[in-house]
Amino acid sequence: MEFEAVIGLEVHVELATNTKIYCGCTTEFGGKPNTHVCPICMGLPGSLPQLNKKVVEYAMKAGIALNCSINKINRMDRKNYFYPDCPKNYQITQDEIPLCYHGYIDIELDNGDKKRIELDRIHIEEDAGKLIHTDAGTLVDYNRAGVPLAEIVSKPDLRSPREAVLYLEKLKSILQAIGVSDCKMEQGSLRCDANISVREKGTEKLGVRTEIKNMNSFKALEKALNYEFERQTNAIEKGEKLEVETRRWNETKGITEVMRSKENANDYRYFPEGDLVTINIDDSWIEKVKSEIPELPHEKVERFLEQYEIPKYDVDVIVLSMNMGDFFEEAAKESGDAKAASNWIMGDISRLINEDFLQTTDLKFNPKQLGELIKLINAKTISKAIGKTVLEEMYKTGKNPKEIVEEKGLVQNSDQGAILEIVKQVLKDNPKSIEDYKKGKTKVTGFLVGQVMKASRGKANPEMVNKLVKEEIKK
Amino acid sequence: MSVSKEDVEYIAKLSRLSFNEEEKESLINDLNNILNYMKQLNELNTDAVDIVVNPYYMENKFREDQVVESMELEKVLENAPEKLGEYVVVPKIMEE
Amino acid sequence: MELYRLKAHEIKKLIEDKEVKAEEVTTAFLNRIDKVDEKIGAYLYVAREEALKSAKEVDEKIAMGEDLGQLAGIPIAVKDNISVRGMQNTCASKMLEGYVSPYDAFVTEKLKKNNAIILGKTNMDEFAMGSSNENSAFKIVRNPWDLTKVPGGSSGGSAASVAACEAALSLGTETGGSVRQPASFCGIVGLKPTYGRISRNGVVAFASTLDQVGTFGRDVKDCALLTGTIAGIDKGDFTTVDEVVPDYTKFLTKDVKGTRIGVPTEFLQGLDNKIRAKIEEAIEVLKENGAIVEEISLPLAKYSLADYYIIACAEASSNLARFDGIRYGHRAKDFKDSVDIYFKSRTEGFGEEVKRRIMLGTYVLSAGYYDAYYKRALKVRKLIKEEFDKVFKNYHVIITPTSPTTAFKIGEKTKDVLSMYLSDIYTVPANVAGIPSISVPCGMVDGMPVGMQIMGNYFQEGKLFNLAYSYEQSTNYHKEMPRL
Repeated sequence: MEFEAVIGLEVHVELATNTKIYCGCTTEFGGKPNTHVCPICMGLPGSLPQLNKKVVEYAMKAGIALNCSINKINRMDRKNYFYPDCPKNYQITQDEIPLCYHGYIDIELDNGDKKRIELDRIHIEEDAGKLIHTDAGTLVDYNRAGVPLAEIVSKPDLRSPREAVLYLEKLKSILQAIGVSDCKMEQGSLRCDANISVREKGTEKLGVRTEIKNMNSFKALEKALNYEFERQTNAIEKGEKLEVETRRWNETKGITEVMRSKENANDYRYFPEGDLVTINIDDSWIEKVKSEIPELPHEKVERFLEQYEIPKYDVDVIVLSMNMGDFFEEAAKESGDAKAASNWIMGDISRLINEDFLQTTDLKFNPKQLGELIKLINAKTISKAIGKTVLEEMYKTGKNPKEIVEEKGLVQNSDQGAILEIVKQVLKDNPKSIEDYKKGKTKVTGFLVGQVMKASRGKANPEMVNKLVKEEIKK
Repeated sequence: MSVSKEDVEYIAKLSRLSFNEEEKESLINDLNNILNYMKQLNELNTDAVDIVVNPYYMENKFREDQVVESMELEKVLENAPEKLGEYVVVPKIMEE
Repeated sequence: MELYRLKAHEIKKLIEDKEVKAEEVTTAFLNRIDKVDEKIGAYLYVAREEALKSAKEVDEKIAMGEDLGQLAGIPIAVKDNISVRGMQNTCASKMLEGYVSPYDAFVTEKLKKNNAIILGKTNMDEFAMGSSNENSAFKIVRNPWDLTKVPGGSSGGSAASVAACEAALSLGTETGGSVRQPASFCGIVGLKPTYGRISRNGVVAFASTLDQVGTFGRDVKDCALLTGTIAGIDKGDFTTVDEVVPDYTKFLTKDVKGTRIGVPTEFLQGLDNKIRAKIEEAIEVLKENGAIVEEISLPLAKYSLADYYIIACAEASSNLARFDGIRYGHRAKDFKDSVDIYFKSRTEGFGEEVKRRIMLGTYVLSAGYYDAYYKRALKVRKLIKEEFDKVFKNYHVIITPTSPTTAFKIGEKTKDVLSMYLSDIYTVPANVAGIPSISVPCGMVDGMPVGMQIMGNYFQEGKLFNLAYSYEQSTNYHKEMPRL
């Protein structure tokens, strides 16, 4: 029997607002414990929530970018449960009417096929405080309590752990591109729970579902889901009964463990939050938010493929992995040579950034300067080899390429007479190479060209050198 | 639909309250009396009626995303029954 | 002249005319508290030092000719569920014994800005749940007219403090009649404003969609003065409404010509004859003053009580979840683990009535019962609201008794939960609909005060003051005081 997984993801992202969702405390990460706290986020008697407008806008922005519809009339609800990290012992969230519903994300599978993953809903809610378990007891820090979250719930459309990872990567790239969250999994600003069940391939009926929590990286997500897929498949094959339960991923042991059984499932007693009022979103508000959404990464990829003649692999790397789509585009525009811009970014720039563990935003030179460099090369003012030197200098100092070329006297020498002199000298100094050439070892020309370039300290026009070496050696 | 002892125990657990047997008995009695009184609402046809949450309809109240000064740590911890350094403390929780 | 016997507006005038000092007034009231509060039990905390200090500051400001606001030097009592920075805020519960509020409620800020003198925090039914003040975890409050009787609740301490001249004014809170019913029992004026008229910010929540801060005074003018001072939009309470607060003193005229009054027949059926007679007499007075009175019907009003208890308890079960012994308040001593803290602290910290309502509220919200009880209650709420809307198309106000009885004996109803709840039957409709309502003394039955309730349309507090004042100034009931 062949089995397939049925997976849905619930993703929580912290929204990048300045203040918390219901009070004016800062959302800054890493403050001294319990110093970003006020009567509201501490749940002191008598305090009332005050909804942050930006939270609604950011979540709408995410919803629109993820092809959702907006519930024009929506409201906040309470979810009741007792836990020390939950100051009011209820969370103000959205239950019956979420802000956004019914969206989708198209992912590209490893075999190149496209697959549409549908979203069920996006709603806004508050984060809980942080618990630190020590021998002296569990310590509670409420700085994170009230940090705004958007919960993005997919339909169970994912059929393998790999698809789940591709979905989450795509989701992350979109949310980052629109600037609503920094999506740092390691800092907890992107968190993911998964629902997974297993069924025989080709059947429709859903199997017994478990919810997996505590997956703190993309690797953990894939490993946990693979483990759970195996576990459930084995159980089915052995005829064992599976339970609806919540399990946690134990990273050290590499297994999922039972956290909560169905019997202990919570009765959250959702009901409308009477301390806040109806949210009524009109078309002009939606249009305004829509107009603030930049071109999304996958849209950019598609446009680049159409507009520039560069390979898909390169476009993917530049836009998705390196997030240098705009940089590339400006350099291409400046130089009129997209291919060269792409090559520089994929090659030397990528190498330099990687060597120094830098971000693309740390680059000292701008795309216009890269464009100028390309123009200098294409105009044969400098050689490509010199170009590399110039780029390294630009990388170090941020100076203009022209300035560097002039300062260092790197202008390419295209004076045929002068180059011929050097070629003749080099041939004279390498009689053995000429003999080898005559015996049919035509490759020696490469060595000779290199010698000429060296003698000209890189300034000689390489095409001209090539041509002259080949002509002279035959004489 | 009358309230049973199991109901009372279930509701007590959700409410984080404990009751002895005698209290449970009297709660069963009280809740049944009150709920029985509340059943009069079933006399009204509410099928096509929308819910009302806030009695006076209000919409679109928001706060601008501007930072307001937080409380002093001392004030945060002032009323806490147990604290350690900068933290509020509870007995060690087995991680859920 | 005994200063404590004066109405707030009389004190205001004396202070403004520099005939007395704020400090003298405050001292007079503090002495009065010393003398009678042992018998009454209105206060849970007397802020002697704070009050004297602010009184001195007010006197200094007067000497400097500074702008003083509306309540300069007037002593006021504040219910112990309204936050005053640096003072306890116990809600008369063991759960919050020792809790000190680190911030001021919006209404407290308003009082301070207007230079009122806060005398202390008043007794109440625990977490405002009760109609007799017998549910205080600390002590009962006695009715100043008859010490064997209850003052009403839940704002029993606030009402009794004003009736016994232990404060010139006081603040209470309402969820289902907790200001009007004790005002009626204690023979003073009490107003529950429109939902959204006064900020709830800093007021410990019982039921978020029903709660309102209410005002007590010994006459209508005092009540209007206090209401006008604290009403208005608060950007910290999103349920307050951006509606101009009129100058309520402008409504204090005897003229009610052309005012249309509806008297719902349902509220008078089966009513005690003596109380009914008092209400009818009062209505006659208003007629004489020019009002037009007609019988009306409010057939859905009888569902208000059931509707109210479902909504109020459901919201309370959630609002009171925060009291868990973790961040503040009572923490039990002998807990096994962190989960046990919740069970033990809450079981020890809450009184019987509070627990009963939490249980009821949790039940109506729990899986399987939400639609049958809670959701249905929100729908019935709409029907009740619509019924009032319809009446207010033809009538300016609705008049009923405030309570079906006068103050009852201490202990009389504590055994029968439902009969205690029925004490609120005339007051809860206004909370369910969110409309304003005032209780004004309208005579005595067997030596105990009777209150007349006047309900109006949204934000028509001015109209209520007008009618209440017109009636009050045509009779002498407001001049009567309990002998202590």
